[in-house]
Formats: sequence, structure tokens, C-alpha cells
Amino acid sequence: MHPVDTMGQSRDGAAYGFAFLDEDAKRELRRAIFKAVCIPGHQVPYASREMPIARGFGTGGMQLTLALLGPDDTCKVIDQGADDSVNAANIRAFFALTCPGVTGTLRTEAASVIQTRHRIPELPLRADQILVFQVPYPDPLVVVEPNAAKRRRMHGRADYARLWVKLYEDMVAFDEITISHRYPTRINGHYIIDPSPIPRFDVPKLHQADCLYLFGAGREKRIYAVPPHTDAIPITFNDVTFAVESFRDKATGKRHVCRRCGADDSFLDEFPDNDGARVFQCSDAAWCDMRLDRLEAAE
Amino acid sequence: MAYVAIRGGADAIEGSARLMDALRAMGASAPLELDQIERQMPLLHSRVLSEGSLYHPRLASLALKQSLGDSLEAAFFLRAYRSTKARLGETAPHDTRTMRVVRRVSAAFKDIPGGQMLGATPDYLHRLFRFDLMDEDAGRFDQIARDWFGNRPKAEAPLTFPKVLDTLRAEGLLAPLAQSDESPFDITREPLIFPVPRSAQLATMARGETGGLLALAYSNMRGYGDVHPTVGELRVGYVPVMVPHPVTGKPMEAGEVLVTECEIVAMFEKTDSGAPVFTLGYGACFGHNEVKAIAMAVLDRAISVAREKGRVANPSEDPEFVLLHVDGIESMGFCTHYKMPHYVTFQSDMDRLRAARTKAGEAADAPR
Repeated sequence: MHPVDTMGQSRDGAAYGFAFLDEDAKRELRRAIFKAVCIPGHQVPYASREMPIARGFGTGGMQLTLALLGPDDTCKVIDQGADDSVNAANIRAFFALTCPGVTGTLRTEAASVIQTRHRIPELPLRADQILVFQVPYPDPLVVVEPNAAKRRRMHGRADYARLWVKLYEDMVAFDEITISHRYPTRINGHYIIDPSPIPRFDVPKLHQADCLYLFGAGREKRIYAVPPHTDAIPITFNDVTFAVESFRDKATGKRHVCRRCGADDSFLDEFPDNDGARVFQCSDAAWCDMRLDRLEAAE
Repeated sequence: MAYVAIRGGADAIEGSARLMDALRAMGASAPLELDQIERQMPLLHSRVLSEGSLYHPRLASLALKQSLGDSLEAAFFLRAYRSTKARLGETAPHDTRTMRVVRRVSAAFKDIPGGQMLGATPDYLHRLFRFDLMDEDAGRFDQIARDWFGNRPKAEAPLTFPKVLDTLRAEGLLAPLAQSDESPFDITREPLIFPVPRSAQLATMARGETGGLLALAYSNMRGYGDVHPTVGELRVGYVPVMVPHPVTGKPMEAGEVLVTECEIVAMFEKTDSGAPVFTLGYGACFGHNEVKAIAMAVLDRAISVAREKGRVANPSEDPEFVLLHVDGIESMGFCTHYKMPHYVTFQSDMDRLRAARTKAGEAADAPR
């Protein structure tokens, strides 16, 4: 029912070593990962090799995954929550080509390493799982300070005043915090991170999780981490609550549900069907499939 | 929903790759040979060598063929290939006085020691079509080559030349070369954390994208800056690559690389120690890329000016602004990524807009 394939069967991959990168590069990545875990939320600079997939398509995440994967691992790749999204399929095909022995899976619970873009799976991850994020902008301060050297100083001093001012200005102008995704989140009481373009819906999953979250920005050459059992608090004001995306139907006052599995608590993709009507569906494909299987089994 | 809704993005990608290949093969043209690219499009080939920052002429040709002639994509192939190779060692600095020169000019002096050597350049050609090139055959190529080599006396020019700038240095008009034992900053093994040393600045620009460097340098030339360069010397040629012998450690020649080098002289600056001297900007890259080398030299000077004055007045003087935006692989990739699905973040955007519109509606309805 759930397709499982063995990665690394292509003859084209034979010209390259296991996991593509040279061993020194992988060692460097692992050192950066250790440092990132030791200093939660701190952006660790690293050299960042060029990948055969373009910058902006997940080269930072790929380098982390390649440094983590061993032949015994089981790997899952998602984009917008879906395994069959073009970019996920492409990255997955690259791992298949260059990581012989590694098992590919579509099931969240079966994976030891999951590489993701824009989502955290709905199924809570375990202590033996690692979620690798693809990160376009590693620094949450970039919206208020373009100069990287100044930003480094601000992080060191935990000087986030200008971020707060930005939130305050939002409240004055719109009576709402207008940051939709990439919501600035304070890690372990010091560094504020850009949690990558995940929706606000996923931000609470970073807090005191069982699993390790690793963030890789390839183009900007930074790695950072939210280790297991670490505080991750989206920044907001005492009298303004952090609000996740609402899927409430204005007409009925009820929450929209997934048209496939009926879930009323998942992040939903909203899109027009062929007749132009708005329809809603789980963004996490594995979650949706798992629920459908359970419903089938129950019948 | 379009492409993501297609069952299996993998199938779509596979089909797209096959179509790319088919477009190349359709029609009556003969398959492109790698030699043809290197011989007949040497300047395009040079650009890819330089921006790919891996000196592998044959793979550069393959990259151009495989990328259907897109120079950004072709350079990208070399870069990605580079990631699979370990760094084996470091060479001592190379003196370009050892260059086997194929072209050298100076705009600063009417005549220079060793003479100006125009070499092959389109600089003084009319850009008028030679319609006879539309139809050439191998016989014609033979004839052109025979005509050229036929009347050539052997070794009519020396192979190496002194540097034009040495004359200025001898007169004290240019500061003497500072000798540095510092290991050069390796941008392939360390990220740029600002401030960065000049070696990082030069290395970043040496593999920068020609158009990106040109645009920023041009802004300085036009008035957003004040470098006012004079080309002291521009030279193109083959530099012997000396690598330490793995056993004895003595330098040995491992081959040669085609390099373009440009030294610009800029207006003089007061020095702390007395008399004013001219200032220098340096550009160099793999292959034959004159625009790139000149643009790089101008930007090198512009950044150094700002560093010396401790004040950035223009974008082309800001090391962060220049160095973080001239890499073609990075900028092209990030620009391209906007074509990928972004519907989760767009969902969030819609949510915030709807909430803000609701609040705005409530505010408008509220009694004043």
C-alpha cells in the first residue's frame, strides 16, 4: 500500500561517492551541526558547497541530509507537506542516485531523517527522528537590518528591539501582526530564529519537541538548530496572542475540513476546483493518507 | 493547482528532461562536438570556466552543451562537480610575469616596455555582419588557418613581458607591493563573515558573474562612485601552474591556465608617510574575459577606497553589497526558486490579509 523503494539503484550515480559530497565537506557539516545543537538558535557559518540543484531549491537542507544519512537510514522528502511535489520528487531522486542503501519512504513514522520545505509534519516526531528544514533566509533580523555584520552584533547582544518595534508598528497600522510565515521565534531564551517559511500553524511544534530540528541555509551559508526539549516561543506582546492560521468558514462559522480525510485540525491547502469552487485538503499528504487508511480499517 | 496536482512530480520531471533533450536533437543540425564549443565559442567557454571556478576546459564545453548554451547553468555544472572533489593543497602565489602572453595593452602609456600587443580582440572591429560566414565549410577553415600561419615568421615576439606597473613603482608613483605571508582566504571552505580580507574579496569576484560585476562597476563609473580608472595593464595569456611536489615539496609545473588580468591605476591618495601615490585596483579570472577583469578591478578599488576612508558612500563601495550579490550561481538559483510551489506560505499570506481586512471593515463600521 505504501510504496517503499530502495535508494541508490541508478547506474548514473556510480561516478560519485556515497552522499555526493567529499568526506571533508561532510565532516565540516557535522562539526557545524554539533555547534548548532550546543548553542540553540545560533546561526553557525559554514562553507556550503554547491549542489547540483540550484540555490534556493534546498541546497542547505540537502547538505545537512547528505551529512546525516548512512546506508541504514530511511529518508523522506516533502515540499509544501507533499512527497510528490516537483521539488521534493527531484531532491528525493537525487538522494536515490547518490545514497545507495538508504531506504526511501513516504510515511512520516518510518523515516529517520525527513527533509522538508515549508511544513512540519502533523504527526509528532520522535526522539530518534531528525527534521531538516530548507531555509531561504536564516536571519530574522534581515527585515529590520540589511547589514550582516551589524546583525551578528545584534544577535550576540540579544538586541531585538527593532523586531519588537516592527511588530508594534503592525499593530498600529493593521491592529494585527501581519507576519504570515517565517515567524520570529525565540529559542532557549536568547537567540531569535527565522524558523524557515513554515506557517504559523507549525511554529508551536518547535517548542519542547522530542526530535531534533536542523535548519540549513545553503545560499546564505548558515546552520542552526532547535534541539529536543528546548523552549521555542514565537515573539508577541503580553496582550496580543500568537494566532495560527484560521480555517474558519466565514459563512458557517465552522472550521473547514479536509475533503479527503475529513481532518478538522490539520493545515489545509485551499484551492479552486475545476468549477471555481474553493476546496480544502490536508497539506500533509502522509497524514491525510494515514487517516484514510485508519478510516478504511475501521470500516 | 496545476503542476503539483499532477500525480507524481517525479513523472513530470522525467518528461520535462526528455523534452529538453528532444528539443536539442530535433531538426537537421549535426550534434555539437565539444571541440567546436571550445574552439569556435572560446569567449563563451571562457566565461563558463571563470564563473564555474573550476579549470576544466573539456567539462566546461560539456556543461555548455548540456545546458543548451545557458552560461549561468553551464557554470553551475562546474561548481556542482567541484563539490565532489577534495581540496588537495595550496600553491604558492603565482607571478603573472611568467605568463605566456597572447595579448597585452596599456591605456596609460603610448608605448610600454616590450610593446603593446593587440592580440585577438573585437575592440576595433566594426560590428557589421559578415554574411559570408553564414555558409562555411571545412575547406574554408583550412584556407583561413593556412593563410594565417603561412606568412608568420617564427618567434616574432617574446613570450613573456615585464609589468607596466613596475615602471610606475620604480618611480615611486605607486606604492611598492606589500609582501604578505598570510594564507589566502579560501571562499570555497569558509563563508564570508564581514569584514573579510582582501583575498576573500578578490576570490569572490574572480568567480563572480560577469553581468553582475559589470552592472555594479558601471554604477561606479557613471557617478555612483569616484574611482576614475586608467587601465595600467590588461593582459591575457597562459600562466604555468606550479604545485608543490607531493614528496619533495618543491614547486613543479602541473600545466597552465588561461588567465585574464587587469591592473587599474586610480587617482592618488594622500598617505600618512609623506608623498601621495597612485592607487591600484586588481582584477583576474580564468579564461579570456576582459570586461569581467576590468569591472573586478574597478570594484576592488571602490571597496578599498571605502575601507580606507571608513565610509561607504555608494553601493559599489560596500563589500557586503558587492560580494554577496555578484555570484551567478547563487543569484540565478534564488531567482529561479520563485517558480517552485509556495502555496503554504501564500495560504498564510491570505490568512493575514483576510484578518487585516476584517479588522479594517470592523473599524469602518464602528460608530465614530
